Amino acid sequence: MALSGIEIFKLTPRTNCKECGFPTCMAFSMKVASGAVEIGKCPHISDEAKEKLSEATAPPMKTITVGTGDAERKLGGETVLFRHEKTLVSRPLVAVQFADSMSDDIIDAKIANVQKVDYERIGEQMNAESVSVKFDGDKDKYIKLVEKVAALNKVVVLVCDDVAVATEALALVKGAKPVLVGANKDNINEMVALAKDNGAVLGLCADTVEEMYSLVETAQAADYKELILNPGTASMAKTLENTIEIRRTAITGGDRVLGYPSIVFVNDLAGGDPYLETALAATYVLKYGSIIVLSDITYAQALPFFGLRQNIFTDPQKPMRVEPKVYEFANPKEDSPVLLTVDFALTYFVVSGEIERAKAPAYLLIPDAGGYSVLTSWAAGKFGASVIANMVKESGIEQKLTVKKLVLPGKVAVLKGDLQEELPGWEIIVGPEEAMQIPKFLNEFK
Amino acid sequence: MAYKKVSKKYNGKISEVVIGTGDKATAIGGRNVLPLHTFDGEAGQAPKLGLEIVDIAPTDWIDAFNGIYGDVCNDAAAWAKLVEEKYAPDFIYLRFEGADPAGQNKSAEECAELAKKVAQNITLPLVVGGCNNAEKDAEVFKAVSEALEGKNILVLSAKEENYKAVGAASGLAYKQKVGAESAVDINLAKQINILLTQLGVNKNDIVMNVGSAAVGYGFEYVTSTMDRIILAALGQNDETLQMPIITPVAQDAWSVKESIASEADAPAWGPTEDRGIHMEISTASACIASGSDAVILRHPKSLETMKTFVQGIIG
Ligand code: B12
Ligand code: SF4
Repeated sequence: MALSGIEIFKLTPRTNCKECGFPTCMAFSMKVASGAVEIGKCPHISDEAKEKLSEATAPPMKTITVGTGDAERKLGGETVLFRHEKTLVSRPLVAVQFADSMSDDIIDAKIANVQKVDYERIGEQMNAESVSVKFDGDKDKYIKLVEKVAALNKVVVLVCDDVAVATEALALVKGAKPVLVGANKDNINEMVALAKDNGAVLGLCADTVEEMYSLVETAQAADYKELILNPGTASMAKTLENTIEIRRTAITGGDRVLGYPSIVFVNDLAGGDPYLETALAATYVLKYGSIIVLSDITYAQALPFFGLRQNIFTDPQKPMRVEPKVYEFANPKEDSPVLLTVDFALTYFVVSGEIERAKAPAYLLIPDAGGYSVLTSWAAGKFGASVIANMVKESGIEQKLTVKKLVLPGKVAVLKGDLQEELPGWEIIVGPEEAMQIPKFLNEFK
Repeated sequence: MAYKKVSKKYNGKISEVVIGTGDKATAIGGRNVLPLHTFDGEAGQAPKLGLEIVDIAPTDWIDAFNGIYGDVCNDAAAWAKLVEEKYAPDFIYLRFEGADPAGQNKSAEECAELAKKVAQNITLPLVVGGCNNAEKDAEVFKAVSEALEGKNILVLSAKEENYKAVGAASGLAYKQKVGAESAVDINLAKQINILLTQLGVNKNDIVMNVGSAAVGYGFEYVTSTMDRIILAALGQNDETLQMPIITPVAQDAWSVKESIASEADAPAWGPTEDRGIHMEISTASACIASGSDAVILRHPKSLETMKTFVQGIIG
């Protein structure tokens, strides 16, 4: 929580020497409290006082970096509980769970899935960013497995509460900023030392928030703050309660002891039911999961999960838009159709993807529709016949064409009449409602 | 330092609305805590789960539903009975797609006749939807509400364009429960509730549909709209926003490419049915986590999963 002017005043020498440009230390302190001036403007402030202040103004939740190079990701650093208050900053990662007790076939199938599910959505790459390797008792197999999945170049999460085994496993991924989940009240001191030595983020495990709190205090007392909290798998309800309590103790309560990201083992909670995993994973995207562990990843699970995650972790202040202009596909000619859509990035992404899939020459005309979806911009009056007709004229597309055919999104079929009037010489065609019907439509188009 | 619990107590409370009659009547809402925050106070009713059926055999549902329902889709009354007996949702959602003037244009009387047959065949509460043509829906809801007087159904929904007719008939004349529909905006949600209550519909007879989208397709607006509505209802004790929320997840979830593209169209993605179920479950649980007190589903597997989810997560 930020310090008040009075609290800051107590950190100054209170000599009113005016070197900071303010008449009194008090006046200066008030400005610092409001964020208008840097504390460093007073040359007489001690380093100790500066540190106290920067700690007091730091966000309630720590940002933790995991992985290195291309695999590097940031977790936590959130300042709000709801996305309408301020942007949520760190999207939760997906980790796929491996264990030494799994057969080689299962392990290989999962590795294949992790590699296969990797695709673009609105300009962002979607894939499981992390692999989690659980120690189930066979040390030799475990070590080999860690080595094998580490080669995937993802954030490695080691799930192991056996200090000796964890020591060996960590040696294999040292330098890659892995996560070691397995510190509990019985091994916390050794685990902290181990994580420190290896530059690993340490995952603390507790089934109650009280117990978690004291684990964090122990780690912090040993001067270790690279932490992630595992709220346990006692039951679906208890795990969610713990996760929520932890997050709001930090954000609402301003208590930084619990100001760390979380790792939720949705795979264990769902007991092997992939549908239930999807339900829980969606819940934790909204309710404060930072790493969400799944038992496997398929397109069926990934498509809704990553779509939801992308939605929730966008900046509410900044609509995702594309530039209004004429886009060209497969070298369109003077008789190619002109498809019409809006400048909402999601709509553009979906529609352009389908036109590409059609492999048919076409133009895509996009007016300034306020960055909204087809029906939203139409309902808001930003995607009417005159807006569209103006764009047709201003874009200069007419000069490129001998045959003028404009294809409307099916959802705004009502615009046909007005457009026909505004654009004499054009044939106005109502296209299908859903973009996925575009390839069939274009290939049958004449 | 010791751990200090940051619990949240609110003055406001979401009203509890009962639909249906007898043993199978079901209540929606009634909590004074944020969604899924059962540990904070009065948890109210667990989220309720409905299954969707249609008055005419659906033409735009993926083939897999043929395998599940087969010929029963041609007879909504038999369909409803099968759903009640085999899948046991909390309520059945009967949507009158056949009333669409741009489609089969079935008359309001025909719809009412069918609604009666359906209601006779089931004991579960009935939620009735229209064809998304405001004028026609008002006629259909009036006729259906009259035919099912005393059954305590919920009609989805009254919108700005038809709230007077729907409110007066379904809400006032035939004492049914009224859905208040708005398009993902807290102010519009508030406005339609106020309009309906000014018309004389009791606040406790209103359930809101505040708009929805499939996950990945503008869902951020849905979740933020619900967050803001619930914070206003509970935190500011805003009486005009204390109605429970019902969300027809099925229609949005089953119209995006992820759920309907054939395997031939998207070979890397795997079986269509499985994709659709995951899409529906993801959207439904995200709605519940955001504040829906009831959701409408289409696939029986989604229903089964969401039952387990609700039981487990409410604790
Ligand atoms: C999110 C949302 C919003 C967001 C805006 C998000 C955005 N950037 O667009 C917000 C909250 C701001 C909003 C506002 C409004 N909204 Co709005 N909104 C939605 C919502 C939930 C999702 C829209 C979305 O993202 N769709 C996904 C994109 C990809 O869809 P799309 O652009 O249509 O593209 C698809 C097809 O059209 C097709 N396609 C696109 N281009 C082309 C081109 C060709 C050639 C072809 C063949 C196909 C094709 O491909 C895509 C996929 O198949 C919908 C309801 C819903 N579930 O759809 C309502 C909805 C669109 N909104 C609606 C309304 C009324 C409004 C408002 C007027 C009301 C208000 N809240 O004040 C305002 C208007 C804006 C303003 N400020 O004035 C109504 C429109 C009703 C109607 N039929 O006219 C809807 C349908 C909700 C409803 N049921 O009432 N909205
Ligand atoms: S420079 Fe420092 S000590 Fe001098 S007046 Fe400003 S705050 Fe006070």
